Amino acid sequence: MSQPATLPWFARHELRLFWRDWFSMLTAGKRRREPVLLAVFLIFVAVIHLVAYFVVRPFAEAGITADKATLVTVAGSAFLSWTLMLAQAIESVTRAFYSRADLDLILSSPASARRLFAVRMASIALGTTMLTTVLASPFINALAYFDGPHWLAAYGVLVAMGAFATAVALVVTVFMLRALGLRRTRLVSQVVSAVVAAGFVIGVQAAAIFSTGNFSRIAFLSSESVVALAPEPGSLVWLPARAAMGDLGALVLVLGTALVSLGLVMAVLSAKFEEYAAAASTEAEPGRRKGRQRHSFRPATTMHALRRKELTLLRRDPWLLSQTLMQILYLLPPALLLWHSFDGGVSVLLVMVPVLVMASGQLAGGLAWISVSGEDAPDLVASAPVSARALIAAKIQAVLGSVGVVVTPILLALAIPEPRLAAAAAIGIAISATSGTMIQIWFRAQARRSTFRRRQIPSRLATLAEALSSILWAGAAALAAAGTWFALFIAVFALMTLAGAWAIRPREAYAV
Amino acid sequence: MDVSVNTTLTALELKGVTKCFDRPAVDGLELTIQAGEFYALLGPNGAGKTTTLRIVAGLLRPDAGSVSVYGIDALKNPIEAKRLIAWVSDEPMIYEKLTPFEYLEFVAGLWSIDAVTAEARARELIDWLGLGPHAHERCQGFSKGMRQKVALAGAMVHEPRLLILDEPLTGLDAGSARQVKDVLAERVRGGVTVVMTTHILEVAEHMAERIGVIDKGRLIAEGTLAELQRQVGTRGRARGSASGGTSLEDIFLDLVAEEGGLG
Repeated sequence: MSQPATLPWFARHELRLFWRDWFSMLTAGKRRREPVLLAVFLIFVAVIHLVAYFVVRPFAEAGITADKATLVTVAGSAFLSWTLMLAQAIESVTRAFYSRADLDLILSSPASARRLFAVRMASIALGTTMLTTVLASPFINALAYFDGPHWLAAYGVLVAMGAFATAVALVVTVFMLRALGLRRTRLVSQVVSAVVAAGFVIGVQAAAIFSTGNFSRIAFLSSESVVALAPEPGSLVWLPARAAMGDLGALVLVLGTALVSLGLVMAVLSAKFEEYAAAASTEAEPGRRKGRQRHSFRPATTMHALRRKELTLLRRDPWLLSQTLMQILYLLPPALLLWHSFDGGVSVLLVMVPVLVMASGQLAGGLAWISVSGEDAPDLVASAPVSARALIAAKIQAVLGSVGVVVTPILLALAIPEPRLAAAAAIGIAISATSGTMIQIWFRAQARRSTFRRRQIPSRLATLAEALSSILWAGAAALAAAGTWFALFIAVFALMTLAGAWAIRPREAYAV
Repeated sequence: MDVSVNTTLTALELKGVTKCFDRPAVDGLELTIQAGEFYALLGPNGAGKTTTLRIVAGLLRPDAGSVSVYGIDALKNPIEAKRLIAWVSDEPMIYEKLTPFEYLEFVAGLWSIDAVTAEARARELIDWLGLGPHAHERCQGFSKGMRQKVALAGAMVHEPRLLILDEPLTGLDAGSARQVKDVLAERVRGGVTVVMTTHILEVAEHMAERIGVIDKGRLIAEGTLAELQRQVGTRGRARGSASGGTSLEDIFLDLVAEEGGLG
């Protein structure tokens, strides 16, 4: 057993917390789910290995050489993964500064804050690397299987990427702390991490759609136009790609640079950790903000008061709103693909219909979770002289009203050139948003608003049903807008999804 | 629904109230509290105090028994009963993104109180509880004491007849605690019934007209401080076990020790 408050002791403590956090996130704290979790994990590993096998095989059969096209593809894929790692690391580093969970306890002890910081940053690098490794390992294994074990060096590159992403995240977060102050950094870092995560993925996918007509990033990265623009194979830019392909000299250089960068950043910034964390414990508590100065109460019925409260809280929580609207951002690539794929005979605006309908379903589901499960004062509302039915009705109205505010301008713009499409979209949006809201109500489970990002965990069934319902209503609306009776067939499937969700809803959700 | 309110006699009556989770939390509880009374409900941790209060506030439904609030059957007519009740928990239930002024406006809306009347009450409460300088600041930076005061103001803005408080003084500084106690005493003088749980026995000793001691979900003793002293003295002499102390703390510890409640 290690000596207390030493690096190994802190590392053991962090690893235990890290493991338990992940495990409870995956099992939602229910031990009976452990065997199911193991089975799902094994199936997942098998499936992604199978996918990787079929994706990699054609390339391997054609022969993989370290030419410019291969280097662009490998480096592009690695950079894509790295941006996701960076986004994850920024969020984790910010949380490390602001989380009060055990920081007050440890910082008030005689233990070294520098050691704690070092271990905490190392565990962030580990966590960041692990997630990407899980997703990348099937492809690395498949490449090693088809083309030779030299591809296993890619695991070293993943470690380097994780370490470097953590180093950059640390610099970015500390820069934000200094430039923006403690109060704004928490929100801005969340937005930055979301934009970093979404930006490159969506950008490459959009470029892929316009250049190759499909989602394949690999096809885009290996296309002649991209390869022509890339530096020559001898360039240092390709060092990480060469390392991943088994060039040991490049691997040592890449891994060494990343680890030294992380070490240097940690050494320089660890002295400031205690200062920032201590400041965050007071300043980072959301500051006093003046509300709008009103001098009189506005008359309100119970329903008015509830709707007004929901809308005010949504409006004042830019983080929740940005997270919710981010879902719409991810719908852009499919919209672009649909647009790109359509013949000139059908209005290109038709693609707006399924995108709007699906986005509305997802948006309504997210807002419904915030409003129903994320109620911050459930006892207050439950102790009011209002029936449960009226409470839910007010929340539904607030959610659907918010969705309406977002989509109405788009619908109006669509109605000018294509009133029929706008009408179909409006009906689809209403049904899809109501469905998403109802599913969240059926599966409601009390939680803090701050856990919005993990809202899928308590019920993956609700998440699945919400997604399926949105997709099916989007399909039905698109077909209806295109004037085919096949829309009814899809609508029946959507109704069956709703009926299924209602049948399997947890009964305890209807307790007081 | 036309429900007549009994304004003169019993504010709260619990008969045979039982609630089981993995074990009985409340076990056939019988409790009667008169209108305008300040009643303190004491008990060791896990005795069933909060569960009892949550049942009265309509937040939990009992497995058996009846709950009557000013003559209204709270299980049959929960909405009518809730109109007369306010509930304040030890964890203040407020919205971080609302200001105290907006919070009180929201609570008044929930209880359908006329805006002009509610606003006058809200201003009075805000001043009384010393929240004036922060009335238009969002609650997100507030200390525990300030949050508790906002929650308490919310509980009183609709002028409840029965105020149910679960550990309302936990975490308050001396000044804030005094403000809250003054407000509660004033409400009782105005005819409001207050039922409060607390672990601060001096508060119960000095403020409550009657004290109930609950353990393992059952009421094990009840009365004024003098009546409790007599009960403990009589039972203690019979068993030769009483500590002989006369403070509420001595009485409470003797009563709970008899039940084996503090191990």
